[in-house]
Amino acid sequence: MSAWEPVIGLEMHVELDTRTKMFCACEVTKGDEPNLHTCPKCLAHPGALPVVNERAVEYAARIALALNCSVQPRNIFHRKNYFYPDLPKAYQISQYDEPLAVDGWFEYWVDDEKLGCRINRVHMEEDAAKLVHAGGDAGRIAGSDFSMVDFNRGGTPLIEIVSEPDIPSPEAAREFLQQLRNLVIELGVSECNMEEGQIRWDANISVRPEGSAELGTRTELKNMNSFRYLQQALEAEIPRQVEIIEAGGRIDLETLHFDPDTGSTTPLRSKEEAHDYRYFPEPDLVPLVIDPDWVEGLRATQPELPAARAERFMSQYSLSRADALVLGSSHALAAFYEEVVALGAGAKPVANWTMGEYLAHLNAAGLEAGHGHVTAERLAKLVKLVEDGTVSTSSGKDVFARMIAERAEPEEIVERHGLGQISDMSKLKAAVARVVADNPAQVEQYRGGKQQVLGFFVGQIMKATGGRANPQLVNELLRKALDG
Amino acid sequence: MIGEDDVRYVAKLARLRLDPDEVARMAAELAKILAHIGKMSELDMTGVPPTAHVLDVVNVTRPDKPRPSLSRADALRNAPAVSDDCFRVPRMG
Amino acid sequence: MPALDPLRLTARVAKRLLVDGEISSAELTKVYLDQIAAVEGHVRAYIRVTYDNAAKYSTKVDREMQAMRGPLAGLPIAIKDNMVTEGVTTTCASRILHDYMPVYTATAVRQVWDDHVVMLGKTNLDEFAMGSSTENSSYQTTRNPWDLATVPGGSSGGSAAAVAAGEALWALGSDTGGSIRQPAALCGTVGMKPTYGAVSRYGLVAFASSLDQIGPLTRSVYDCALLLQHIVGYDPNDATSVALPEPVALPDAERLDGLRVGIPAEYLAVGIEPGVRARFDETIARVEELGGNCVEISLPHTEYALPAYYIIAPAEASANLARFDGVRYGYRCADPVDLLDMYERTRGEGFGPEVKRRIVIGTYALSAGYYDAYYGRAQKVRTLVRRDFERAFADVDLIASPTSPSVAFKAGSRTADPLSMYMCDICTIPVNLAGLPAISIPCGLSDGLPVGFQLIGPAFSENRILQAAHALEGAIGFAPAPTFCDSGADAACLGAHAGTEAQE
Repeated sequence: MSAWEPVIGLEMHVELDTRTKMFCACEVTKGDEPNLHTCPKCLAHPGALPVVNERAVEYAARIALALNCSVQPRNIFHRKNYFYPDLPKAYQISQYDEPLAVDGWFEYWVDDEKLGCRINRVHMEEDAAKLVHAGGDAGRIAGSDFSMVDFNRGGTPLIEIVSEPDIPSPEAAREFLQQLRNLVIELGVSECNMEEGQIRWDANISVRPEGSAELGTRTELKNMNSFRYLQQALEAEIPRQVEIIEAGGRIDLETLHFDPDTGSTTPLRSKEEAHDYRYFPEPDLVPLVIDPDWVEGLRATQPELPAARAERFMSQYSLSRADALVLGSSHALAAFYEEVVALGAGAKPVANWTMGEYLAHLNAAGLEAGHGHVTAERLAKLVKLVEDGTVSTSSGKDVFARMIAERAEPEEIVERHGLGQISDMSKLKAAVARVVADNPAQVEQYRGGKQQVLGFFVGQIMKATGGRANPQLVNELLRKALDG
Repeated sequence: MIGEDDVRYVAKLARLRLDPDEVARMAAELAKILAHIGKMSELDMTGVPPTAHVLDVVNVTRPDKPRPSLSRADALRNAPAVSDDCFRVPRMG
Repeated sequence: MPALDPLRLTARVAKRLLVDGEISSAELTKVYLDQIAAVEGHVRAYIRVTYDNAAKYSTKVDREMQAMRGPLAGLPIAIKDNMVTEGVTTTCASRILHDYMPVYTATAVRQVWDDHVVMLGKTNLDEFAMGSSTENSSYQTTRNPWDLATVPGGSSGGSAAAVAAGEALWALGSDTGGSIRQPAALCGTVGMKPTYGAVSRYGLVAFASSLDQIGPLTRSVYDCALLLQHIVGYDPNDATSVALPEPVALPDAERLDGLRVGIPAEYLAVGIEPGVRARFDETIARVEELGGNCVEISLPHTEYALPAYYIIAPAEASANLARFDGVRYGYRCADPVDLLDMYERTRGEGFGPEVKRRIVIGTYALSAGYYDAYYGRAQKVRTLVRRDFERAFADVDLIASPTSPSVAFKAGSRTADPLSMYMCDICTIPVNLAGLPAISIPCGLSDGLPVGFQLIGPAFSENRILQAAHALEGAIGFAPAPTFCDSGADAACLGAHAGTEAQE
């Protein structure tokens, strides 16, 4: 059997965090009661006309620049015509053959390997309204009695990002998407909240004999609303296509629906004339002619992006690529890390604490980096206490947990709970003497050549001191007592 | 040349229910109109740019500043059917 | 109160009488409401007369004269029913918008409301402004007050007929391919389509977005300028609106010295009725008498303008009318079995035959595989038509033509043949494709029916057009006064002074 390789492309939609909608001045809100944020424009009343939100253009251009696209000197809007209850004009104002930006690339990491993907285009459009299906199988179209439309979301600025089919594996697709999401968040143009559907994606995938330069027929995958589902859906689709081809069949250009329950992809009932969108230039809007100085102004004020930051962390703090990517992934986390280091704690131990205890804490508490009771000052103090041997690493974790529970400074906690490391020789000698005296059998074994028994003695001493004994000193004293 | 199948296809795209008489009549009328329109193909339009807009105006945008929306009552005032403060449509399946 | 003849009274005079305190707005408004009562049964110009509003608001203007002073305050107006008016139903003469109650007001209407005009009502039109005879209305057929057996033209036939019949002092209409100028010509009134973008389209129910323009229908060129002054301007709600480079001036010219007027040979080659041609030639002679120089010019792509228009307008309309889907407002069919059924029956039952015809043709022209052959090609023709005008205006100041190849035709005589109806607009359509301003003024009668004379200018030359039209109007001396005869019936004419008779 010959080997097959997948070729994957992604199409992403991102809702922008502008204050108002793409073509009207209704506020963009989340989780509000239905139909409180509408106007003649976003309800498509007769005679209403669209007017472009200037901040949406700026945000879209920022995304395009971050993806190394060339922002086009002239771009226009088109009407994309189809009927659906969530599309009030029965056309979506979108961009077609003259989009905002084209020809970009995006670099992302899969483990220690840097991959590149070409970006076909970045364009602006408007989001659809929210549909709720009532009756029947709760929430599904099939079998529902009727549906309800809430236009609060309708008309929210939406950016479409289309990649070329350059992604070599399902895992890479997941990484691409996660890292691209981080980038958009970093730009401050969208929170990309997944529960709110602020970022959504479809994938297209084909397979070809390994090493071939030709593209096979692709299928389009939908309904993958988590990173994991994206990877699973692609992983399920590869063998399905390979099986068909190896059996002498042909892949149909079709849209498949991923079912997270079964982990498989099934063809979507093909909508009739789904592809006859009758695009034509939107006569209600005039062209956008982009001033190169404006683009340069945006470029000069772009925030530091995750990939660049990871590079900087590697050189500035001598971090591994993996650590630098995690710590550099978001502005908030990176800022926190750098603040702790700036307070005098070591870059490597701070990295370990931040990625270990701290991230776990953030996740558990649902906090964003920089918030909560574990402040940069407190973490810096704790790391220093461990570094100078005042507390052991294991006690340090205890201190960390108590910082959250007791909302106190680490040194207070060490004091309050007696968590300081025992390095007092007389106390340690006494403990060693007691353990040796209490366990003659083990002493016999050790002296008979069974060196591993040393661990038993260390354990006994740690047990007796609540884990606070300085392990190095304990080791030394034990050897002296047993060997001597 | 446009035929009844074309009219049916297009009517479907445009979500227009036409009865068979209308389809037949429209196919005949459209054939005539399109024949007239076909006159355009007499012209050599090599190098002629399209005019989407007569206006010599670009970059008309608005600031990202919210303005009051309609009240929900006004938004729903003309709705043929309402459920739970939403516009209600027949089952889609 | 002086005796007022609504068939002859101009806004200019009415305004002076109001300002001088010789009449009140309520009295003036009543003149029109009385005339409506007298002749509306024959003319049927209005879809809805807003009696209460007109009476109440005119009284309010009288009472609060100090606060509500303004150049248009207290003057009654009729509005074509494709401009949305908050609180007053707007139907576009379509069943699909039956009982539709707008939640906002069109900018042009808002502007005249803010100037305290008194709205008399909403006038009839061809459904969604698609037509040239006002016979495509789902509600009623408006008749031409010059001969009740004929059509008033269209699509602003209601507005034109209302002004001609003395049922309104003046009116707003909209023009996509001649829909102001052609009915103005057929009804013997003045009608102007401004430069594309000069008047906001916000709240004008879109037919063909790149062609539509709101404009005045009035009894004189002066009135036309007066009303135009108050509806032009950039509107932040319409990205395709622009500020005029110079304000609209009230015309006072009596001469045309040095004015170069081009007469396009192609416009006179399209089967102009002899009577129309005679009035046109006489008017051209007047231009010369007033000091103008008339020269023959060529607009070589004229014959391609109509085909291009009949692709572009329906294509845009097919998208513009897609929003009438029975979801958020308007008509919804009874007992739909599912969404698709709801869409198809709502639109199938809600739209009339001409609208459906244009939706089908527009959808066809945009559908896969046909775009380049139809829409793409039409847009290129549009470029050629524009260039024709640009070249012509290098040599002439204005272009003159008959507004319509014929006078008002008998109701029902062209409804069976869409193409013959489309030919009504042969002299007006190229102007919309090029986005230019143009006016139609009455230039006499042919067989007792009015003939319109069209003046076309370069973009934003409204003042030049208005001055020339004003001078010509004075020289022609046409005093519009329809007879309300019905050539199709034996019934006696209502008489030229029906309006005055109806007064107290």
